[in-house]
Amino acid sequence: MSIWEYANPTKFMRVTGVALPWLWALTAVCLTVGLTWGFFFTPDDFRQGSTVKIIYLHVPSALMGINAWLMMLATSLIWLIRRHHVSALAAKAAAPVGATFTLIALATGALWGQPMWGTWWEWDPRLTSFLVLFLFYLGYMALWAAIEDPDTAADLTSVLCLVGSVFAVLSRYALVFWNQGLHQGASLSLDAEENVADVFWYPLLVCIAGFVLLFVALVFLRTRTEIRARRIKALETRARISAA
Amino acid sequence: MMPDLGKYALWVLSAYGVSIALLASITMLSILQARRTRRALQAMEEGRKPGRRDGARSEAPGTVKEAANG
Repeated sequence: MSIWEYANPTKFMRVTGVALPWLWALTAVCLTVGLTWGFFFTPDDFRQGSTVKIIYLHVPSALMGINAWLMMLATSLIWLIRRHHVSALAAKAAAPVGATFTLIALATGALWGQPMWGTWWEWDPRLTSFLVLFLFYLGYMALWAAIEDPDTAADLTSVLCLVGSVFAVLSRYALVFWNQGLHQGASLSLDAEENVADVFWYPLLVCIAGFVLLFVALVFLRTRTEIRARRIKALETRARISAA
Repeated sequence: MMPDLGKYALWVLSAYGVSIALLASITMLSILQARRTRRALQAMEEGRKPGRRDGARSEAPGTVKEAANG
């Protein structure tokens, strides 16, 4: 079975229709367990006190803010190369979800930074590139809304997505590139020595799983809505033509 | 049950409040939009205009049910 079969709207609707209830259930379990575990059953950090509990929201949302854009990049490239409508609609569907995650990362970062750094905001490379990424999300959604023809909108937003990918990558690696600023290094790494202590690490992993599942569930749901909206538009156009 | 958040309680609770509100908003908006679109499509494909309950046939050739209605 080829992955391109899912570019067929019929197949996509059938598979996601079956998967969605399971995804919602798994999302609810992971988020409830992860956030309850992190908030109620983990100790304070010896330096950061209880603000360490913000990690269960800040890190997963920042991770998904960046990865949502990378998912949009992949689907935009599929649209540009293979012209599969479902992939363009999936990119469109992912943008508000990614923007929400990015906004959560910015808000929780400010709420964490104020008591720890003594400032809500700093024009630090990582923070700034993350803010620019959020602005790219807004621009991407505005561009989709501004163009009537869906194929033209998909073309132009795909190009915008390619450009914005620079900031998605920068927001992840800004610290490595510039080696300055207030923001600390990566909290998560495949290198076990760089990770946070186990007592914070395990609930954080559950929260990350919850955020990933929520993203997938929302993108599936919103893509299904976009496919239906496209169908409504087609029926309306057909009705107008037959009436003329 | 509530952990002692000490002097940082305001920051921690605000972070959780803002995040949960935003997550709930995007989820609810997506679900409501999905329901509205599904109903509109169903109405069209059943040959009715959206929002009308009198069963009047629209001019849309919506008699063929397609996968998008699934």
